[in-house]
Amino acid sequence: MIRFDYARPTDLAEALREGAGEEVAYLAGGTNLVDLLKENVARPTRVVDIARLPLTGIEDTAQGGLRLGALATNTETAYDQRVQARYPLLSSALLAGATAQLRNAATNGGNINQRTRCYYFYDVATPCNKREPGQGCAAIGGVSRIHAILGTSHQCIATHPSDMAVALAALKAEVRVTGPGGDRVIAFADYHRLPGDEPWRDTTLEPGELVTAIDLPPESFPTNFTYLKLRERLSYAFALVSVAVAMRLEGERIAEVRIALGGVAHKPWRRPEAEDLLRGQEPGREAFGAAADALLEGARGQGGNDFKVPMARKAILRALEQATAGTPQSQTDKRIA
Amino acid sequence: MPDTRHEPIKVGIGTPLSRVDGVDKVTGQAHYAAEYAVPDVLYGVIVSGRIAKGRITAIADGAARAVPGVVEVLTHMNRPSEAWRDSKWKDELAIPGDPFRALGDDRIQFSGQPVALVLAETFEAARFAASLVDVSYEEEPHNVDFDLSLAEKTLPTYKRKSFHAPKSHGDADKAYAEADLRHEGEYRLATEHHNPMEMHASTVHWHGDGTITVYDKCQGAQGVQSYIASAFGFRQEDVQVINAYVGGAFGSGLRPQYQVQLAVLAAKKLERSVRVVMTRQQMFTHAHRPQAIYSIKLGAERTGKLTSMINDATTSTSRFENNMEDVVTWGMINYACPNMSGAYTVAPRDTYTSADMRAPGAATGMTLFEIAMDEMAYKAKVDPLEFRQINYSDIDAMNRQPFTSKALREAYREGAAAFGWDRRSFEPRSMRDGRELIGWGVATGVWDAQFSKTSARATLTADGHLEVASATADIGTGTYTVMTLVAADTLGIAPERITSRLGDSRLPTAPVEGGSWAAASTGAAVQVACRAVGEKLLKAAAKVEGQPLAAASSVDDLTFADGRMALKSEPGRSVAITEVMQAATIDRIEVEETASTGLSGLVSQARKSRKTHSAVFVEVRVDEELGQVRVTRVVSAIAAGRIINPKTARSQILGGVVMGIGMALHEETLADLRLGRWMNHNYAEYHIPAHADVQDIEVIFVDEPDPEVTPLGVKGLGEIGIISVAGAIANAIFHATGQRHRSLPITIDKLIA
Ligand SMILES: Cc1cc2nc3c(=O)[nH]c(=O)nc-3n(C[C@H](O)[C@H](O)[C@H](O)COP(=O)(O)OP(=O)(O)OC[C@H]3O[C@@H](n4cnc5c(N)ncnc54)[C@H](O)[C@@H]3O)c2cc1C
Ligand code: SF4
Repeated sequence: MIRFDYARPTDLAEALREGAGEEVAYLAGGTNLVDLLKENVARPTRVVDIARLPLTGIEDTAQGGLRLGALATNTETAYDQRVQARYPLLSSALLAGATAQLRNAATNGGNINQRTRCYYFYDVATPCNKREPGQGCAAIGGVSRIHAILGTSHQCIATHPSDMAVALAALKAEVRVTGPGGDRVIAFADYHRLPGDEPWRDTTLEPGELVTAIDLPPESFPTNFTYLKLRERLSYAFALVSVAVAMRLEGERIAEVRIALGGVAHKPWRRPEAEDLLRGQEPGREAFGAAADALLEGARGQGGNDFKVPMARKAILRALEQATAGTPQSQTDKRIA
Repeated sequence: MPDTRHEPIKVGIGTPLSRVDGVDKVTGQAHYAAEYAVPDVLYGVIVSGRIAKGRITAIADGAARAVPGVVEVLTHMNRPSEAWRDSKWKDELAIPGDPFRALGDDRIQFSGQPVALVLAETFEAARFAASLVDVSYEEEPHNVDFDLSLAEKTLPTYKRKSFHAPKSHGDADKAYAEADLRHEGEYRLATEHHNPMEMHASTVHWHGDGTITVYDKCQGAQGVQSYIASAFGFRQEDVQVINAYVGGAFGSGLRPQYQVQLAVLAAKKLERSVRVVMTRQQMFTHAHRPQAIYSIKLGAERTGKLTSMINDATTSTSRFENNMEDVVTWGMINYACPNMSGAYTVAPRDTYTSADMRAPGAATGMTLFEIAMDEMAYKAKVDPLEFRQINYSDIDAMNRQPFTSKALREAYREGAAAFGWDRRSFEPRSMRDGRELIGWGVATGVWDAQFSKTSARATLTADGHLEVASATADIGTGTYTVMTLVAADTLGIAPERITSRLGDSRLPTAPVEGGSWAAASTGAAVQVACRAVGEKLLKAAAKVEGQPLAAASSVDDLTFADGRMALKSEPGRSVAITEVMQAATIDRIEVEETASTGLSGLVSQARKSRKTHSAVFVEVRVDEELGQVRVTRVVSAIAAGRIINPKTARSQILGGVVMGIGMALHEETLADLRLGRWMNHNYAEYHIPAHADVQDIEVIFVDEPDPEVTPLGVKGLGEIGIISVAGAIANAIFHATGQRHRSLPITIDKLIA
């Protein structure tokens, strides 16, 4: 733990002023940032506590969607009646994550900005490009059980650990941000990055920028959806592989479908081409298999995580079946439906 | 069970009593080692090394020293020069080798080794400064890969005191070659770390007069006291060690950990009070259950009768000490088989020394052996429970000795009945519910019933309050409550009027708490001390008007209940304990007594085998396609002699079962072989069962009267609960899926393969 300045602004303008600069970290629920500070992974010179900003609450949008405040907690969001009724996929994904205690503290803005759980990233005694650019990536050729199988680079093979983000990707949410350069809206697919040559950048947020809200579009998939999460124990573990499916059936056919994977890449993994293969099709294992193959094309293990490739395929098939049948994975009964 | 028919209110041995320290624990009044307020304490933060092997070439501590509040950066170069001879560094439970000495010299022997201790007036300053200490190394090749270390496996010349060499009988190789049925398998267990909730911590109170009080997280206050005295040059009586509350340990606190070395070193150098607390990450830099490989060959007749057992196991140790466990003996003790052999070796890695972890040896060996037994049952096409009964041994089959008692048959019967085992279909993959395959598995557990010489003091005051005290520990196991119950039982005093004290080196002598002997040993000590108080009361009762107890010649002629003592022969003649004290004008009666094995006990120990047993039945449900396993039901039937407190006893078994579920499905410390370092060193990535992984667990204690095993007939429960749970789960997974898993833990990737 290092020394840092601490500010607790009460309005946005002040927060942005305090937040200007490279070595600044915004503190929301703190469930991730405080751990990283304690492990000397995060070494900001200033911490700007945003807990007092007016970014709480969940509101209907004019377009018929929902706006989730960046500081609304994961619990408030998961149990919000509108979220539960209209976007049960999001509620389900949130409840698949962490524990009740953590969700009570965790915020929506913090959740999508949480950092990878790569063992090496967390251990400052080991080299990690994400933590210290240019050090090298110890996970490559190391313990890679929880690492990515898609979209990796020679610099980094980390995954993004959020469950919520996987559902948001499937729902085509938008991230509203504000910053020194003004306000902007980022499509969810463009919010998280692949590691490429800059693995230290998880997202497309610019320094000093702040997430103010996450917008959910009107199309909400209340009937045919699922969030299926496979992990090392039945609860309270990050996903090895997770699958969010949002589907709309018209008669016997799939009118719209989104499939997003968690635990397999540096960002929630979607490929519209894979979804295209299902649009207009009748649901069935064969069609699902083709979509899974397209979604996983090029997937490659790092040794310790080779199992994720077949695991992801099986999970996609099951998730599509669950969504088609309208029998989503329960997050309370730990039996897979 | 005592005959309690004519005793209206009597809480005693066999009464389910909630933990007497429970309220203190949940209200924060129970203080743990890091929580004692000590004036002017310095905070010590440990700097952990980066490399696995080599030498420290330089330590740049200028930046750390410049941090305001920093008092010292202690390293191997400036630490006080204390005892150098290894013998002085040997703790009560030291094993063959050179025990680790924190900041001993420039050698690095394992990754995460403490290389400096930063001491500051505040925790924050120490912590910040610790991040600024820059250590340079000269690296040497290392190996933490267990498979590679097998090339160096050896049976050490100097054996660990607790080690029992396996004994062979008959000609196992020949019998195996000639057997009708043969099974051969190689079984494995991953490295596990103890991970008690409470981190290892020590607070040294420097009194300034040559004496120190050390609040230490450990399993034996007196062991740590002697260790500190000899290693750091104190007189024994000048060191007091207190471990009144211990937030779990599972064996990691059996030997003094390096934080206590560091705290005392620093206190001595700076002549100040010091507190050192490990981080969770540092909890992965010391004790751990050894990794194991165990190859088993079984030969049997077509009927399933075993004819040969060939055991060969290796467990991991460090390069500086040889930790040895009894791994291969359990199956040989438990099952009748004319030909058996056992071989055991240890393999050195560049890690810290492996250590005893809940049921050391048996949790590894018996658990894995029981998977092999299941495989043989299937070869013989015999129901796995019946297979175990066919090979049942009424004597200790390896030592060829009778048992003081063995109610394993009863455990099988009662466990099977509670589980509904008779409804099981033999064939794998034959039970299903929707997408889930259902499997039922069984396994047998065995563990030592041990007894250690222990002393206790009982102090009765005129107000009828009783204090019982012994230097034993309560590592969450319920020792406080056991002491209270035994005292209540012996003197008929209500638990509310009894105070149990333990966890202080100044109390009457007791061994380290481990090996499941504390309840039997401390219980016996409390009983003899309380009986001695009873004798004194009986004498004093002569002063009571009318001499109601005149007919009694010893406490054996009396019953104690409800604060009164009465004639057994004439229950109407009784007197209150407080009345006796008043009549005899006695303020207090204080007696210290020692419970030891005694001559008859020694003879019995030489001639008879003393073991606890368990029969574990498990139901799993497996979503085969996705590799998800749910352990939906466990029945653990335990034969452990007399049960002092059914409530905490059940908790012990529940905890053991949960830990067994972890061993079966989750627990595994992952090493980066290139860095020689454990990588999943936190609770988020080192998985133990979460609530969702723990469903129905039923605990049954079968009746097993055994007056011979220990003075109270108690066998102990701390460890038997974990043994073979993982074996039963592996067997249930086989029954569900037809997949045989021989390497624990059976993680989701293995299932999906
Ligand atoms: C043991 C454990 C298990 C967990 N298991 C899971 C799990 O299974 N699934 C899962 O999804 N998550 C899991 N989590 C992670 C948890 O969901 C996140 O820690 C949490 O959502 C982070 O939210 P927070 O408000 O506490 O963020 P903080 O810790 O305050 O911040 C996290 C990061 O986001 C940045 N940030 C916060 N708010 C904003 C904002 N408005 N704009 C820009 N940047 C911002 C911070 O600077 C920081 O870098 C687990 C966490 C722990 C500790
Ligand atoms: S995978 Fe990424 S986060 Fe992990 S060590 Fe490599 S660079 Fe660091």
